[in-house]
Amino acid sequence: MELHQLTIHELQEKIKSGDVSATQITQSVFSRIDTVEERVHAYIRLLKEEAMAAAAKADESIKKGDIKPLTGIPIALKDIVCTKGITTTCGSHILHNFVPPYNATAVEKLRAAGAVFVGKTNMDEFAMGSSTETSYFGPTRNPWDLERIPGGSSGGSAAAVAAEECIASIGSDTGGSIRQPAALCGIVGMKPTYGRVSRFGLIAFASSLDQIGPFTKDVEDCAIMMNVLAGYDPKESTSVSAEVPDYRQFAGRDIKGWKIGIPKEYFIEGIDTEVNAAIKKAIAVIEQSGGQCVEISLPHTQYCLAVYYIIAPAEACSNLARYDGVRYGLRATDVRDLLDMYKKTRMQGFGAEVKRRIMIGTYALSAGYYDAYYKKASQVRALIKRDFEEAFKNCDVILTPTTPTPAFKIGEKTDDPLQMYLSDIFTISTNLAGIPGISVPCGFTSGGLPIGMQFLASHFEEGKLIQIASAYEKNAKIEKRRPKL
Amino acid sequence: MEFETVIGLEVHAQMLTDTKIFCGCSTKFGGAPNSHTCPVCLGMPGVLPVLNKKVVEFAMKMALATNCEINKSCEFARKNYFYPDLPKGYQISQYAYPLAEHGHILLDVNGEQTKIGITRIHMEEDAGKLMHDEHNPSSYVDLNRTGVPLIEIVSEPDMRSSEEAADYLKRLHEILVYLEICDGNMEEGSFRCDANVSIRPKGQKEFGTRAELKNMNSFRNVQRALEYEIKRQQYLVENGGTVIQETRLWDDAQGATNSMRSKEEAHDYRYFPDPDLVPILVDETWVEKIRKELPELPLTKRERFIKDYQIPAYDAGVLTADKALANYYEEVVKLCAKPKAASNWVMGDVLKFLNEEKRDIRQCPITAKSLADMIRLIEEGTISGKMAKEIVEDMYKTGKSPQTIIEEKGLVQITDEGELIKTITSIIEANPGQLADYRGGKEKLFGFFVGQAMKATKGKANPQLVNELLKKMLA
Ligand SMILES: [Zn+2]
Repeated sequence: MELHQLTIHELQEKIKSGDVSATQITQSVFSRIDTVEERVHAYIRLLKEEAMAAAAKADESIKKGDIKPLTGIPIALKDIVCTKGITTTCGSHILHNFVPPYNATAVEKLRAAGAVFVGKTNMDEFAMGSSTETSYFGPTRNPWDLERIPGGSSGGSAAAVAAEECIASIGSDTGGSIRQPAALCGIVGMKPTYGRVSRFGLIAFASSLDQIGPFTKDVEDCAIMMNVLAGYDPKESTSVSAEVPDYRQFAGRDIKGWKIGIPKEYFIEGIDTEVNAAIKKAIAVIEQSGGQCVEISLPHTQYCLAVYYIIAPAEACSNLARYDGVRYGLRATDVRDLLDMYKKTRMQGFGAEVKRRIMIGTYALSAGYYDAYYKKASQVRALIKRDFEEAFKNCDVILTPTTPTPAFKIGEKTDDPLQMYLSDIFTISTNLAGIPGISVPCGFTSGGLPIGMQFLASHFEEGKLIQIASAYEKNAKIEKRRPKL
Repeated sequence: MEFETVIGLEVHAQMLTDTKIFCGCSTKFGGAPNSHTCPVCLGMPGVLPVLNKKVVEFAMKMALATNCEINKSCEFARKNYFYPDLPKGYQISQYAYPLAEHGHILLDVNGEQTKIGITRIHMEEDAGKLMHDEHNPSSYVDLNRTGVPLIEIVSEPDMRSSEEAADYLKRLHEILVYLEICDGNMEEGSFRCDANVSIRPKGQKEFGTRAELKNMNSFRNVQRALEYEIKRQQYLVENGGTVIQETRLWDDAQGATNSMRSKEEAHDYRYFPDPDLVPILVDETWVEKIRKELPELPLTKRERFIKDYQIPAYDAGVLTADKALANYYEEVVKLCAKPKAASNWVMGDVLKFLNEEKRDIRQCPITAKSLADMIRLIEEGTISGKMAKEIVEDMYKTGKSPQTIIEEKGLVQITDEGELIKTITSIIEANPGQLADYRGGKEKLFGFFVGQAMKATKGKANPQLVNELLKKMLA
């Protein structure tokens, strides 16, 4: 076993016992990157020098016996979280040269926990996409099949973990951007409750939906990452000061007597038969583990996609107004006047998908349309939230497929935005309701593509998600495979 | 045709908090460009606003002082538009759910009270400033002012003349300054006013089409702009034209309002609730806490001055226009117990001196104690009113007490009867002709003798005593 293949908790033991050093781990990760990154393209920017320096510092701490939860662990950051002094592009031409003078709170927390930052990972431009194909820096490839997409928008962070180019990573999830790529890359990905992990320094796509979360190789690592990331941040008004439990203690607990809700609206036509079969199998595992699966209803499910594609673009068109070429980032040259500068900067700086969403959002907020679109969508959103509140009166967690299909081919859906949007159909409701969700691997297609399953819980019940996901992981005994790269 | 004017005003007042509304930067005026900025007020990617609670409390004070109802829940909204002085591409303001609504203030014009309704008071952030280089096709952006807290106070269209509008503005200004939530400086933009003005035939219920006036940076300009605009609209209507709804800018030098191009105002601000901020919940306890912190307001103070000090409404108005001046006056009264005399001296000489040098009462060299002492010295007869006029001027120039000045200049009044009788006797003897004329019925000559007596004593004679003695001795 090479070091880059291991999990956080495995490496921690080796560090504690003195078997390996942080420098060795980091070297192992970078040699893996040297071998596979050219084919995967998980990163926009690698931070090898900084990482080696951080690893050396970590080794000094280790010698002194000062070992924090992530000391010496190579972690990748989605290029949507601001890193002080390190270019942060958000996958966009318009920010290709933006160097933040501050760290995102999540970055600060990871750093304080001893993490070694490997690099900034690729993503759909401004997190708008489900395939990482809209990145200004070119697509990321799925490590399981280089012809296919890794999912998105946090495709780079998911692929980096799956391809063992880091030990864990963070991404952001606005409508499924962590869970969907986690599923398509065969790893664990969690979207925490809205307000659980600070959004400060997370470049905003849709402020009321965005949430930072971890990608890991297994559920225990997810708990370790959540222990570091979760918590109140006075720099964010929507941050919640609810107590943060030790998520790790939920891993390994059984789920005897739990009720698992299976929403009938999520088993629709159009689900890939192999995905369907894998979920059925997973349900059986859950029942064998002592859980009781019950059919539930989330009656407003059919409106989720429509509501999402009004609220998210509306917030986005406002959030992205600051990219005007005045203070930072790209500024078009050869302009006649102010209006011309705005137009050319934004025309050259934004890609097609971002422009599409800015236009949709601008339309939805326009005078005369606001009530019919944004206001109506907000009202339906409240109903969707209530669906979940009702559902959680009758079950502990909800189980659904993460995505309707396994990873599709690069270019397959780029000309058909609606088809692309449908790949988030099972993940979007979570963000609208603000509840937490986790995607865990639940098998492979006959073609060897990973399949993911999603658990959802009530607000601030990330512990329950860790508990059921780890119980499933233990009992399902999914065969350990590594992508052939 | 006789017209009636309808005016509504929108006032922006800068809150006197130390830090900005959504970040920790200083709100100080001036400073090197962009020195009072941080990633939050620069609108950098990924940053988030955190509300300065002081701003809410200041706004609540204004709401309570203007009899508004404070909403139990209010929220911030984004007002979206592109401009280089607006780093986020939107201004955080309040829209559908403002902090306070349904208030009013009372205007007191010639003893008659008029109620002017306040539609709403809301909080928002200020934008930055652009500077243009005449010789260079580029502009500079200074974002020091970006994120400085403002409240917007929107009146009902309740004013019927430019005088009334000016009076409303002055009252609003006075309240803000009394509350110590705004420095009221119009030149620095701490207190700004836009006006909506329309005319309609007298008796008509419907409002006419209104014009919005901007760019008036003094009380006087607001009144001038309104007067110009009212005349313009009347002329237009009387000559068969129609008023169009538009924004017009006041040009001070030209003394006229000019239309802004309609394209620039064809904004659709796409307001929506700001998802980065949570609704502000205001409970009764909080409101009561703020209510207890309210100082005595100008109108109440004015009424108390009239009642307690028995001074005319005019005096009370002048003395309470500035809280510091009112405090000064009250201190003087407390020390000399002569409210009317105190009012005369403060409003007369003291304010005259200050105005000449454009100083305010806080910079007055005459302490309240000195002024009170001087008033007592007059009452006690130590000095005459005429002498006091000289003394007070010296007090202002030197900051010395009246006692010191009197001593230094030997200005004590002659109240010795014997000495005065001697002086008067010699005057009478020296002017036999005038004496004969006076006794013959030319009573006006009494003044001549008073003047002679004062001259002979270098003005130090007690005038009352001189009068008494002359009446006896000339008879
Ligand atoms: Zn600031």
